[in-house]
Amino acid sequence: MSLRGNEQLIVQPDAEPTGTPIGRRVVLGVTTLGVAGVLFGSVIDGPVNRFVASLTGGNDSPINTLLPVGAGFRIYTVTGGYPSRTTDTWQLTVNGLVDRPITLSYADLLNLPQSQLTRDFQCVTGWRVEDVEWSGVRLSDILAKAGLKSDATAIRLYSFDGSYTESLTLDQAQRDDIIVAHMLRGQALPREHGGPVRLYVAPMYGYKSIKWLDRIEVTSQVVPGYWERRGYDVDAWVGASNGRSDDGIEGSEIS
Amino acid sequence: MTVVRFDRRARFVHWSTSLLFFVALVTAACLYLPFLASAVGRRSFIKDLHLISGFGLLVPLIVGVTGARGRALRAELGQLNRWDDLDHKWLKSAGRDKTAPAGKYNAGQKLNSAFLLGALITMLFTGAIMFWHDLFRLEWRTGATFVHDWLALALFVVIAGHIGLAFATKSLSGMLHGTVSKTWARHHHPRWEP
Repeated sequence: MSLRGNEQLIVQPDAEPTGTPIGRRVVLGVTTLGVAGVLFGSVIDGPVNRFVASLTGGNDSPINTLLPVGAGFRIYTVTGGYPSRTTDTWQLTVNGLVDRPITLSYADLLNLPQSQLTRDFQCVTGWRVEDVEWSGVRLSDILAKAGLKSDATAIRLYSFDGSYTESLTLDQAQRDDIIVAHMLRGQALPREHGGPVRLYVAPMYGYKSIKWLDRIEVTSQVVPGYWERRGYDVDAWVGASNGRSDDGIEGSEIS
Repeated sequence: MTVVRFDRRARFVHWSTSLLFFVALVTAACLYLPFLASAVGRRSFIKDLHLISGFGLLVPLIVGVTGARGRALRAELGQLNRWDDLDHKWLKSAGRDKTAPAGKYNAGQKLNSAFLLGALITMLFTGAIMFWHDLFRLEWRTGATFVHDWLALALFVVIAGHIGLAFATKSLSGMLHGTVSKTWARHHHPRWEP
């Protein structure tokens, strides 16, 4: 705006504004704060969320169903609303390249060996909920029940929302920290979190943890899932391609 | 008697930015607030609308100030940028001190416009970090989400205040029609000489 070298050439008297450029300083100040927030936000995010949670009464308080401040979950659904199945009508089918296709009821699932794990829930865009307790059945146990054919290399998972799908390689699917979850923080898994039953893939970003789990198809190759067809990584290890210095993968117990 | 307060170009920039902001705000609510996320769903489509409106938010302003025809608008930004002693005095009394009359823009409007520009730039680059998440380390994405969320709440409050004041001070018609009465101008912006 100011052409000091050419000042003589400018005839317009009103072209040279007077006063202090406070506006510019405010713009730069806000932007600088924003940059600082990006660089250091992951450090203060946890304490700020805990502080807000202490004001609002914790993660399950009414205010967190309105506003996910204080480390509430963001609720994602790719269809119009939440699909509905009760524990009576829910079933899990395992088919494809298996020795014997199986169908599990909710009661069948509860009768299998149970495991708990407490881990952060980490979204690929950055938000996370710390130390979430999940309970359910190891995915590997369910796959073992159906028996895998020799040409099986991957699984494809389907949601009963009719749209969402996910994928894992068989190597990934055999991990102990991937469970077919029916409890969240000691309660029956709520519908908005994928209840009655969802997958929880602890070492990967949240989009791998398919909600409203309906069917597992064992396949001969990885078929990219819903967001993966929209550009997300199929192998979605938390922190693998993007450094994370805190304990994203390590550091919590599997019991 | 009326005088021109905002020319056609300024009004176009204002209202197209407002429209984009409104779409970004409504889609943000549908993505972020659990009760709306459940009622609306369709995350992929809503996300696309949010991205288009968000990435487009500053386009009207950039186009508006560019080129020979953008000259008048650039001069307006110059006025918004510069503060004199009376502006500081005006702000300290929140406009109640009548010995600190406002020019075409009072200090509150100057502060508001500068905050909004800084905030929208910040929303743009934090949004970009979340969108091109492959390119940024996870700590930065967590930081970007943290900034984007809290700044969105701040923006909502500030814009709500902006709209409230537009009604309270009867400033809205100036931005709607471009002209204000001389009486209004003398009352609210005594130092402004249109």
